[in-house]
Amino acid sequence: MAELLSLEEAVARLVHDGDTVALEGFTHLIPVAAGHEIIRQRKRDLTLVRMTPDIVYDQLIGAGCARKLIFSWGGNPGVGSLHRFRDAVQHEWPVPLEIEEHSHAGMANRYVAGASGLPFAVLRGYTGTDLPAQTATIKPITCPFTGERLTAVPALNPDVSIIHAQRADRGGNVQLWGITGVQKEAVLAAKRSIVTVEEVVDELDPRPGAVVLPAWVVTAVAEVPGGAKPSYAAGYYERDNSAYQAWDEVGRDREEFTKWLNELTGVTA
Amino acid sequence: MSAGYTSDEMMSVAAARALGDGMSCFVGIGLPSKAANLARRAHAPNLTLIYESGCLGAKPSRLPLSIGDGELADTADAVISVPEVFNYWLQPGRIDVGFLGAAQLDKFGNINTTVIGSDYHDPKVRLPGAGGAPEIAASCGEVFIVLRQNPRAFVEKVDFVTSFGHGTGKGDREKLGLPGRGPTLVVTDLGLLRPDPETAELTLTQLHPGVDLDSAVAATGWKLKVSDDLETTPAPTEQELTLLRDLEKASA
Repeated sequence: MAELLSLEEAVARLVHDGDTVALEGFTHLIPVAAGHEIIRQRKRDLTLVRMTPDIVYDQLIGAGCARKLIFSWGGNPGVGSLHRFRDAVQHEWPVPLEIEEHSHAGMANRYVAGASGLPFAVLRGYTGTDLPAQTATIKPITCPFTGERLTAVPALNPDVSIIHAQRADRGGNVQLWGITGVQKEAVLAAKRSIVTVEEVVDELDPRPGAVVLPAWVVTAVAEVPGGAKPSYAAGYYERDNSAYQAWDEVGRDREEFTKWLNELTGVTA
Repeated sequence: MSAGYTSDEMMSVAAARALGDGMSCFVGIGLPSKAANLARRAHAPNLTLIYESGCLGAKPSRLPLSIGDGELADTADAVISVPEVFNYWLQPGRIDVGFLGAAQLDKFGNINTTVIGSDYHDPKVRLPGAGGAPEIAASCGEVFIVLRQNPRAFVEKVDFVTSFGHGTGKGDREKLGLPGRGPTLVVTDLGLLRPDPETAELTLTQLHPGVDLDSAVAATGWKLKVSDDLETTPAPTEQELTLLRDLEKASA
């Protein structure tokens, strides 16, 4: 059953050095506050997983929390590149970053396999591209019924998946709506999960098209109003596009970034 | 510009014109999204826009900055999960056109958005990566590509094949069993390129008004083939320009 914890306690208890951690969100409902808490607690050697690593992953990578990134598109949406990610891949700063690179279709199916309790997923993907030559987790497979050549990708089963949702009730049942990406699959695929929410309410009134994660598949719920900013939470606040644009300047420069990091952690390096 | 419009405006208008009414289009962010939204306003009110964030039939009133903006979800016929987008809608070939951008494009329409440089593990520039593009390029009925033409972007051979176009020439897609027809049109700020029916090599078939052939050749990193019946793109109409500028103003 989901426990209601503070974000600090949830991260301290459930995220360990060396873990495979997925913080999922597709433009909408990105668990930014949880990412910052991981940085503050100086977690190390994480394998970070996400389809669309954006600025909070740039920050985690720049802060030296990650040794590996499993992903399919790493950029600042609508703005450009992630400079901390680039610096880590091109210059191993602040630490080397191993990458395991997929397409969106591949990553989505890896989570589906993980959520389904299967060892791998099958798709029609990657054909003709240079990705299979660089990524060991993309393999050809032959359909046993038709003989068609398809692609297999292994299940993703993170140690911890972290998502942000609009609401939870006091029993720890979680409700999210709008663009919900691959968050349901990420939580169901994981061994443990943390859900940060805009608010904890007495009762979840039904919403059309909402995803509900019952309390018994969630490990911890933490109430963190504004926990997805500068991304957005439908029904609560809009995306702060200017913050994404402003990150380009900060992320571009190691010194500027270090200043930002010191402000976040309250530590002067 | 003396013509009363910019080369980028010409590019967006030309790209929009390629989309017919009633088509379904898997839309990449940036230039493709701008063109697709212009098309829906100008001549294709029944164009279905599909964004990989899960927005099916989005009708945004302004251009989204990112692929998952609230505006897309709020105006969509349905918002579905990301696995559903790729597995139920894209993979079975339900979508007519994939509309993509590129960092690098080669003469057979192969797209690179992964790394610049020949060593994947020690790249000159690390780019964002694949996103949805490899499967969009494989499974949509056909693919349109829009990007500005210059020798750094238009290369003889891409450093990394992120999304497969026509490989090394005609017949490669069939050999690999790729369901869609692949890139059938490239729209740039200088003109239009289409694959040669015999070789699949991208060939200049159209120049935008006021662009001379030499500058198009100079902006191409391979020896550009030119169609025997090279045409001139009709200039943007007043209506197209007004709609485009209104769209950009609403999005600023």
